[in-house]
Amino acid sequence: MSHLEKDTFGAKLGMWLFLFTEILLFGGVFILYSVYLTRYPKEFGLGGKQLDLVYGATNTVVLLTSSLFAAMSVTAIKRGAKTATLTLLGGTIGCALIFLFIKYLEWSAKFHHGIYPNSPKLIAGPPGESIFFGLYYLATGLHGIHVIIGSVLMAWTAVMVQREVLHAGDNVTLENVTLYWHLVDLVWIFIFPLYYLIL
Amino acid sequence: MSQETATAEGGFWSDSGKTGIGSWIFSTDHKRIGLMYLYCVLSFFMVGVLLGVLIRLELIAPGPTIVTAQTYNALFTVHGVVMIFLFIIPGIPASFGNLVLPIQLGARDVAFPRVNLFSWWLYVIGAVIVLVSLFTGGGAPDTGWTFYVPFSARTTTNVSLAVFGVFILGFSSILTGINFVTTIHRMRAPGMNWTRIPLFTWSLYATAWVQILATPIIAITLLLVVTERVLGLGLFDPSRGGDPIMFQHMFWIYSHPAVYIMILPGMGVISDIIPVFSRKPIFGYKMIAFSSLAIAAAGSAVWGHHMYTSGMSDLGVMVFSFLTFLVAIPSAIKVFNWVSTMYKGSISLEAPMLFALSFILLFSIGGLSGLILGAASTDIHVHDTHFVVGHFHYVMFGGTGFAFFAAAHYWLPKYFGRRYEEKPAIIGWVLMFIGFNVLYFTMQVLGMEGMPRRYYDYLPEFARLNFVATVGSWIMVAGILIVLWNLWRGLLKGEPFTGNPWGGASLEWSIPTPPPTENFEEDPVVTHGPYDFKGAGVP
Repeated sequence: MSHLEKDTFGAKLGMWLFLFTEILLFGGVFILYSVYLTRYPKEFGLGGKQLDLVYGATNTVVLLTSSLFAAMSVTAIKRGAKTATLTLLGGTIGCALIFLFIKYLEWSAKFHHGIYPNSPKLIAGPPGESIFFGLYYLATGLHGIHVIIGSVLMAWTAVMVQREVLHAGDNVTLENVTLYWHLVDLVWIFIFPLYYLIL
Repeated sequence: MSQETATAEGGFWSDSGKTGIGSWIFSTDHKRIGLMYLYCVLSFFMVGVLLGVLIRLELIAPGPTIVTAQTYNALFTVHGVVMIFLFIIPGIPASFGNLVLPIQLGARDVAFPRVNLFSWWLYVIGAVIVLVSLFTGGGAPDTGWTFYVPFSARTTTNVSLAVFGVFILGFSSILTGINFVTTIHRMRAPGMNWTRIPLFTWSLYATAWVQILATPIIAITLLLVVTERVLGLGLFDPSRGGDPIMFQHMFWIYSHPAVYIMILPGMGVISDIIPVFSRKPIFGYKMIAFSSLAIAAAGSAVWGHHMYTSGMSDLGVMVFSFLTFLVAIPSAIKVFNWVSTMYKGSISLEAPMLFALSFILLFSIGGLSGLILGAASTDIHVHDTHFVVGHFHYVMFGGTGFAFFAAAHYWLPKYFGRRYEEKPAIIGWVLMFIGFNVLYFTMQVLGMEGMPRRYYDYLPEFARLNFVATVGSWIMVAGILIVLWNLWRGLLKGEPFTGNPWGGASLEWSIPTPPPTENFEEDPVVTHGPYDFKGAGVP
């Protein structure tokens, strides 16, 4: 590789390696989930039924839509359509905010029912239930942090598209941020069935 | 030269025309970043040495000697945290890796220079957070560097902040790993095919994969410790249905591969030094390169051998024991290849070679004592004794530590353009080597006799050997001080070091000394292997 050309393949390789680390980070949470599910199947079942399927399903749709917008923004910038790119990035960020708002509603409802980490209700209840909700807050919280980071990155790339630092000829940064966003989406695609559907 | 503290000149020291601290701490030049890492890790190494000496001093006689039991707990915890997370994990890869790897590949820098600088900043920020944690909150952590729950979730010392600092350090380590893997895949000069990559860089490649794949696990595990303490999630708390053994699994899923992050680059250093000072091409190049990957792969599946006594099925113990023995095979391949390289070679016993030779011996002792620990039956006997401490220091200090000094004597003159004096280097090495064995071999004997590790006090029958070990620590530290003082003085004021006096055949020896900022005036075309001394035209 000559040092004068920009190595877009290399940039994407680096991003994929970073995505591996994210998968392994969440992998720790999923391992705990699988171990404790085997240990407390009944309590996990009861816990899962207390989660609100409407909130969870809506958020899945919202996040998938945001991923669609993100993917379309890459196509748009490659075609040189700056306005369309910015609109689609705006759509992605908008969906992310809706996701976070719904998550807020969902968590508030749980808090209202006395279900939050270290709450008297959970301490008094069976151990498995406390573990289930501990994991629920851990997984959704960690994922929520990633949604926030992803939104900030999206906003940052939008600024760079606006300033035409990123354009049809050089857009690997946008592509990488989109890759990150798909990962955030993908993690949710696993969290949703594991916590809301199968239990 | 008179008004500047750094007296090295030429090449990347001055050719950018920029001076002052900003030209260093905001530099994306891999050589400057490597040197900054070097200064940092060496400073923390000295802190760690000081803490280690204090631990040994406390243990010189039974009963309270110089510190209270609580301070002693903090001493061995901070010694471990500093040495492992601030010295030995970033040690060789981040300092010498940054200095040498791009040049060995024929590249002008790493793939992501700004990420490289960012990772150094993360290292500094993480280190500062760890240091702050020692003096704030409930005081220095007293959990041991392993941060085992449930104690780490309950102790009133400042574990949360220390653990958060280590989390940041992990992020730094991951970014270095990503940078190196991408650089090795994408930045090789024309003609630098995979079998012409120097073995040091090969070892960094294997290391980088472990950094990428294992570090996230410690990140989530340490986050969980923080959430246990701050939010009370209860995931590791037995009274709430959690399982502390899960912490141990997740901790060692990272922390066992992490010892290969520590040792693999050291093996790479040795693989580069032995052929140069034996005047012979390396024996079994492909096997050494392959064995680095094999160690990285097999080493990722052996974490359970830390937990034989923690509660695990017999089948689990046997499987982990078997896998642990597998790691010995690629390790032994390396040792045999190094020794075969020297066979009938024209060996010159200069400082880098002496450190490299002692690496082979000390690492072999450490590796073999590791098998005693890997076999479940003998491990039960010596588990959590000074035998483990001795074993670990044989591998980590006798291995990686000596390799670090070998690398320093081998490569630093190239970057400073000046060299150290040979005689003090050898005297320092002799003292280090003797003191090391007096200290750690005695520890292994103590462990065999049943002295537990991390204990503040001990039975009177252990007094004699503990005294011997402490005296050993003084001899070793004297050696370390001589070596560092000699390096410091020589690199700044010593005789000029130009050309290729060692007679190395890899690319770093083909460029000016000190290397210019861009490393190569023209993109090099590689026509020979890294140990093809004839091809490189060195005698």
